[in-house]
Amino acid sequence: MSITPPEQKIWFNEPVDKVELLWVGMALVWALIMFAMMPLWHLKGSQNMSNEAYRIQPEAYQAKVDAMVEKFKVGEEGKAKTPVVHPPAGSDVYLLARLWEWYPVLELEQGKSYRIHLSSLDWQHGFSVQPANINLQVHPGIDEVVTITPTTSGDFGIICNEYCGIGHHTMLGKLRVVAAK
Amino acid sequence: MVAKPVFRTCGLTGLKIHDDAEKLIKANAVIAIVVLAIGGLMGLLVVLTRWPSVHLLPADLFYLALTAHGIDILIVWCIFFEVALMYFASAILLGSRIAAPKMGWVAFGLMVLGAAITNWKVLEGNSSVMMTSYVPMQADPLFYVGLILFAVGALIACFIFLGTLVIAKEEKTYEGSIPLVTFGALVACIIAVYTIASGAIILIPTFLWSIGLISHIDPLMYKVVWWGMGHSSQQINVAAHIAVWYAIAAILFGAKPLSEKVSRMAYLTYVFFLQIASAHHLLVEPGLSSSYKIFNTSYGMYLAVLGSMIHGLTVPGCIEAAQRKKGFNKGLFEWLRKAPWGNPVFSGMFLSLIMFGFLGGISGVTMGVEQINIMIHNTIYVPGHFHGTVAVGTTLAFMAITYFLVPALWQREIVMPGLAKLQPYLFGLGMGVFSLFMMGAGTLGVSRRHWDMAFSDAPHAFSYPPAAYLMMGIVGISGVIAVVGGALFVVIIVASVLFGKPIKASAPAPAPSPVASYGSEQHAAVPGTFVLALLFLTMFVLYYFVNWKYLASTWLMS
Ligand code: HEM
Ligand SMILES: [Cu+2]
Ligand SMILES: [Cu+2]
Repeated sequence: MSITPPEQKIWFNEPVDKVELLWVGMALVWALIMFAMMPLWHLKGSQNMSNEAYRIQPEAYQAKVDAMVEKFKVGEEGKAKTPVVHPPAGSDVYLLARLWEWYPVLELEQGKSYRIHLSSLDWQHGFSVQPANINLQVHPGIDEVVTITPTTSGDFGIICNEYCGIGHHTMLGKLRVVAAK
Repeated sequence: MVAKPVFRTCGLTGLKIHDDAEKLIKANAVIAIVVLAIGGLMGLLVVLTRWPSVHLLPADLFYLALTAHGIDILIVWCIFFEVALMYFASAILLGSRIAAPKMGWVAFGLMVLGAAITNWKVLEGNSSVMMTSYVPMQADPLFYVGLILFAVGALIACFIFLGTLVIAKEEKTYEGSIPLVTFGALVACIIAVYTIASGAIILIPTFLWSIGLISHIDPLMYKVVWWGMGHSSQQINVAAHIAVWYAIAAILFGAKPLSEKVSRMAYLTYVFFLQIASAHHLLVEPGLSSSYKIFNTSYGMYLAVLGSMIHGLTVPGCIEAAQRKKGFNKGLFEWLRKAPWGNPVFSGMFLSLIMFGFLGGISGVTMGVEQINIMIHNTIYVPGHFHGTVAVGTTLAFMAITYFLVPALWQREIVMPGLAKLQPYLFGLGMGVFSLFMMGAGTLGVSRRHWDMAFSDAPHAFSYPPAAYLMMGIVGISGVIAVVGGALFVVIIVASVLFGKPIKASAPAPAPSPVASYGSEQHAAVPGTFVLALLFLTMFVLYYFVNWKYLASTWLMS
């Protein structure tokens, strides 16, 4: 039994049943297929992590955000009158996370690519664009760059989905995707 | 002066039981169940808050209760019970005395003290940092001290287990190799030692940082090392509950492994590969390369998943073989239909096996894919997945074996047998539906660890689709059902230990006769199990590719 020592002292030489071997073989093949899918998607798929990231001081990041807001601001929105920016397609877009807001509101064009930068001024936050359902982790001190191409239009929420203290559930930003001009 | 060890022979199983070992097992199991009750209460408060139309607690208490729930139930309950299991699998199964019982009490004391300190700080309200305590969010220094003391205690317990194996070998209390279940416990122990080392490497500097002796802890480095503990410790649970499955198959059916070699090799894949999967939690983290993530998240090419899939066949397979030997030979599934479904030891174990595979296993591997994780990270899909592993898998398996341990160690009958029959179904099925619908809500983007899915105090507006609210409502209802099942377990076990009818230690009843004549000489076919396994693989493949398809439909990212 499984709770007593094996009956055959030299259990290593016991033959293994066909069904068991067959299952081990099938499971192994499946494991290898699953393993191959990830590199394959890096080559052929269109949803991948960029892994482009730089160390940055929070103040330096804030300065970049402020410069972008000054240049491309087109309005204000929400209870906190958060600035709305409409940066040109293909440009570097800086989104800032801090307790407890996403700053600024982004207006992007459908089908255009943007180099989105993400960083936090304080704790970790979670960048969760809904309902597109894209979820990335945001760290303080790291400037993370992902090239994103929105393929659907409308108003999207940027939810913070990394617990960041008592105001966590109020940390909601906005991202608007408009038709390309 | 060392007193001569005292033994008794179990009237139920014929096992030779060392008195000191028995006392330690009982103490650890009792505390485990007390903590399960506390953690379960916290779970009730949390689920009643996430149920949108109830929304019970205010935000601060919600985050407090969630921190307590995670720590108590995941860390404290599981590890106390595993210490009891390790002592059982070594001293009792090998008929040996336990090594250094005094140190066993020191370990026990440290774990109780540590858990108490951390709980005190959490309940005080200034350490609602979640069990992960990601820096730079800071808890009270004593919060970390409690965890460190707890870990030291657990580490001592691991060495007592290893010492007991050495003693049993030297004193020749058994012949040949250690039993498969003990081997499983050994695997759990090896992983635990590794885990606790990772924990110490990160929690000690974090403690020093919290009292101001270190100025900065890198958040990314913290996460990499923390999950070296956090993820691997889940593999302690897996190794332990699989050992429990094998043990129950042996206890109830006299089942012997289809093949010692295959089952042990499957366990060994855990030792070699499971530890590395900390990247499961870092897949959408900036600053780590994809090749590292891919190798790590797949446990080095999914070889540990392979191990689990093997156990998925061999555990029910050994039951089928034993049942067929007894004559339940009709068709594919007579062996399963005629199994003792009314015995909570069996029903709990089998529900745990099935749901761990179908709910926890499939979802875990799928969300652990580097790219698919983009759609899942930190959504409520994640707790959906791990209630499918650690609640419905580990916890239910531990509950099942408790129904055996009470008569065997406390020598008491289980009270309220009618309710005991029902209990695994209430907890297991409640928890199963609960985790399924959490996963559903997660694919609609509902966030985990989140007090307000309506965002009423936010500067902007966003609303989830009605289906998300519906699913969170079902999560609420099924969560409450599971809590009723969990509470029933605590009540039945406590009442049995205190008031159960004593079982007279008459002449030892024969242990279930081992069904020995299959395996090496003559293989019993296990066609029913193989059909179940094929069903599992089909579901797995379908679900896996559905998620790729779903990923392909979202925005482009590179
Ligand atoms: C008795 C029934 C249970 C209920 C109703 C329950 C309910 C919940 C809920 C609603 C969450 C929070 C999801 C969120 O907002 O992020 C949660 C989190 C969690 N649960 Fe449970 N749970 C139960 C049992 C268990 C068991 C048995 C375990 C483990 C052995 C467990 C481990 C956890 C962990 C580790 C978390 C995550 C905490 C965190 O995010 O820090 N739960 N549970
Ligand atoms: Cu946040
Ligand atoms: Cu947050």
